[in-house]
Amino acid sequence: MNTLITVKPLLAILAALCLPPILASSRSPNAREAWTFGAALTMFGVIASMLPAVWGGARLEYTLVQVLPTVSIAFRVDALGLLFALVSSSLWIVTSLYSVGYMRGLKEHAQTRFFSFFAFSLAATVGVAFSANLLTLYLFYEMLSFATYPLVTHHQDREARASGRKYLLYILGGSIGLVLPAMLIVYHLTGTLEFSAGGILAGKAGAAQLTALLVMFVFGFAKAAVMPFHSWLPAAMVAPTPVSALLHAVAVVKVGVFSVVRVVTGIFGTGLLTELNLGTLVATIASVTIVAASLIALSQDGLKRRLAFSTIGQLSYIVLGAALLSPSALTGAMLHIAMHAFGKITLFFCAGAIFVATGKKFISEMKGIGWRMPLTMSAFFIGALSVIGLPPCGGFISKWHLVIGALEADRIVFLWVILVSSILNAAYFLPIVYQAFFCSPEEALFERRVQEAPRWCVVPPLVTAAASVALFFYPQPFLQLARLATRHVLGGF
Amino acid sequence: MSAHFPALIVVSPLMAAMVVAILAWVRPGACLPLAVVTLAGSLWAAAGMLWRVVVSGPFAYHLGNWPPPIGIAYQIDHLNALVLTAMAAVALVNLLATWRHARRDFAERVNYFYALYLLFCAGTYGIIVTGDAFNLFVLLEITSISGYALVGMGKRDAALASLNYIFMGTIGASFYLLGVGYLYLVTGTLNMADLAMILPRLYGNKVVTAAFIIAMTGLFMKMALFPLHGWLPNAYSESSSPVRSLIAPLTTKTMVYVMVRVALYVFPVDFSFGHLAFAQPAVWLAVTSIVAASLMALSQTSLKRMLAYVLIAEVGYMVGGFWLGNRMGMTGAILHIVNDAAMTLCAFLAVGSLRQQLADDSFKALRGAFRRMPWTMAVLVVAGLSMIGVPPTCGFFSKWYLIGGALAAGQWAFVGALIFSSLINAVLFFRIFEIGFFEPFAASDHGHPPDLAYAEAPATVIAPMLVTAAGLVVLGLLTGRIVTRIIDAAIPAAIL
Repeated sequence: MNTLITVKPLLAILAALCLPPILASSRSPNAREAWTFGAALTMFGVIASMLPAVWGGARLEYTLVQVLPTVSIAFRVDALGLLFALVSSSLWIVTSLYSVGYMRGLKEHAQTRFFSFFAFSLAATVGVAFSANLLTLYLFYEMLSFATYPLVTHHQDREARASGRKYLLYILGGSIGLVLPAMLIVYHLTGTLEFSAGGILAGKAGAAQLTALLVMFVFGFAKAAVMPFHSWLPAAMVAPTPVSALLHAVAVVKVGVFSVVRVVTGIFGTGLLTELNLGTLVATIASVTIVAASLIALSQDGLKRRLAFSTIGQLSYIVLGAALLSPSALTGAMLHIAMHAFGKITLFFCAGAIFVATGKKFISEMKGIGWRMPLTMSAFFIGALSVIGLPPCGGFISKWHLVIGALEADRIVFLWVILVSSILNAAYFLPIVYQAFFCSPEEALFERRVQEAPRWCVVPPLVTAAASVALFFYPQPFLQLARLATRHVLGGF
Repeated sequence: MSAHFPALIVVSPLMAAMVVAILAWVRPGACLPLAVVTLAGSLWAAAGMLWRVVVSGPFAYHLGNWPPPIGIAYQIDHLNALVLTAMAAVALVNLLATWRHARRDFAERVNYFYALYLLFCAGTYGIIVTGDAFNLFVLLEITSISGYALVGMGKRDAALASLNYIFMGTIGASFYLLGVGYLYLVTGTLNMADLAMILPRLYGNKVVTAAFIIAMTGLFMKMALFPLHGWLPNAYSESSSPVRSLIAPLTTKTMVYVMVRVALYVFPVDFSFGHLAFAQPAVWLAVTSIVAASLMALSQTSLKRMLAYVLIAEVGYMVGGFWLGNRMGMTGAILHIVNDAAMTLCAFLAVGSLRQQLADDSFKALRGAFRRMPWTMAVLVVAGLSMIGVPPTCGFFSKWYLIGGALAAGQWAFVGALIFSSLINAVLFFRIFEIGFFEPFAASDHGHPPDLAYAEAPATVIAPMLVTAAGLVVLGLLTGRIVTRIIDAAIPAAIL
């Protein structure tokens, strides 16, 4: 494998740090949003430009500063990181469109602050994706925690304060209380924090110590929302919907699972985990989360809360896939980062569009809404199909790999977990769509007159829904990256 | 001239203090510029010495060309050149950031404030550069007495707080003097280098052991290690804000430096860490200090008192890290002398700026602060993140070394205490940020708070604060260089 030294990863991060112009143009909303789009497009362009090299089997590296005698703040773009960065940056463009429609539609206050911290969050997300070592990852992980706080608490009311507290309690409690000591223990044992294909911990510690470390990492990265460290996520739904859509379905939560995948594959190494049978432990934790979250989602009436519990379950698919340690499962896990992102962001966009158009937040208030907002609810249907994992949507591809992966690993139990939870997914999503379209006129709570949300709230979900379908027929960019990453992780080269 | 930097750095603020006191009668307007120029000159000299040490190694300077042990020797090495540069920078930045506040708080007495400020700095710099154990005591008294006077210049209860400070400070200094006296008794010298040569022959001597323990107790008292911290919260919270942001970064950190100096370079390393069973109790004392001070910080109702307790916890970081006895922990302790000075300055400058603009110093007064004083609050956020230990601020990196050292030494209690204190700091700071960010609550979810009757501080106050805040990040990113080029050389090779 050849390594290229290039400043591009840093440029991608800096592109999103366009805070000064955003702040400077706070008095002219159009100029301000133009800067956001400029940043999003630049970032996506820089990230996409790295695709050919990575496809060709190269890795791109850049060392920013040697911050400790043996550890530096450094970036490395490999297939897995690029996959995640591509998903986040492409969806940022769509979300920016949506944010404009949503924030202006609701006449939200402090929009400059909103757009500034949104950009800041994306910079941190891409920083995590491109981190070459655990210290750099931790740095951007924490940066993301703090950059998201003002977005979660955007409304600045009592409810926002309570949610913000919960958010910090779990996220900071996990990162400072568990990840930081775990990272230092790893450093103490190995003298390095560099991610490497075979892991760095092999032969450095006993089984009990490694188990403890692994548990500290899996729970400590609380953004992955593995139960019981999940309850910040439903609470964070108090944020404006663009935040829930991009950050709490894509960027923030995926940073959590991405970190778990990185640690599992780059610090522990699949060989070591297989040898100690630690994969099963993590897979079990993830399975419990998958089933429990799906069951809880069934009983939620708040649409965003139901989506949040669905996200908790879906995130653990990724953790499960990584923990199964078989080639297809790993590919499926990485692919699910992308596929779930497109499906779930569609659902959130729709939830927000419904709120902007009708002010409704609860599923029980949405009977017959399909006739009022047909485009939105069609997009919702496609998003739901993708998250359930049915064709013709991208979600099918990733779930298919997970299922095959469970068979490869010869773990039929986990195969059942995936299948049962898919049925549960259908059970909590399809009734929403069904009652939106198929209810008798007297039951319907809306007139049969088409009245959609503002244009910029409707176009983005349609785009992402179309992308979900397109990814079924053409999953290549992400599938290729996921396969490359799997081969790398399993020691192919 | 650069050959005389070690002397100039002490003598020039000392002389300037007197000149300022006289100028106050003749040309009151010239006092502030003179003070600023002097402090800038000191920083220049300190940086010059640091450069020289890094390039060509430690050097000695004999005051008035009198050779030791008769004359006083100033010994400049990696350790004190680093600390000196940090302290000189803090003193200068603080004066630049707070002279407006000082004018307002002290009115016609402001020029005496400048004189005392310079005297305090002269003493502090002297403590750091001197290579003579008794000379150190004299300079300690100069610093302390000007410190008492500075604290006493505050309003209302400042006199009482200052009196308490005098009692506790004098006891601490006397303990140190007693220890030095015992050492003189058995060795016949006060020069640190001489002491270091003579003491290895006196390991079994009970007087030496007593001297060590008594001197350390005195220093613990001066650095406000729990449970000897009683003087600090009142002294810091009752004093005026320009004074607070001067003595808070300088005093305790300088005392930690003296502890390091005495335990490493006066007493032999294998005496401090091997012969004497002092290290383990010291670490436990540090653990207690961190936990107790963090809990006490939680129960405070004003920002400056809260920070005072955070400061006591930070002293525990340094003491604990040092007595871990390994290279990593010691690196953390020395690094934290610099980092904590910068962090404390940053936090107290922000608090000082808030205090000048707000009605009172209760937490409640901070309502709407993010809206009204965004720059000041941004600086406070950076200081808070550094105290919590978030990369890339410098607080993270000192914690990195401290926890790493504790892991290497197997001191799990100290690991736990550091993590605990980080989490408590997160609670402490976000409790304040919440008040500043959310309150007063608006009726709807579109929180436009009603206009509050205060505004952001002037740019001359904001600019030095922003420099300090940026400094926290720069220091953090420079950690690797500071450690490999300076701190590694500052720790004796015997420490592994």
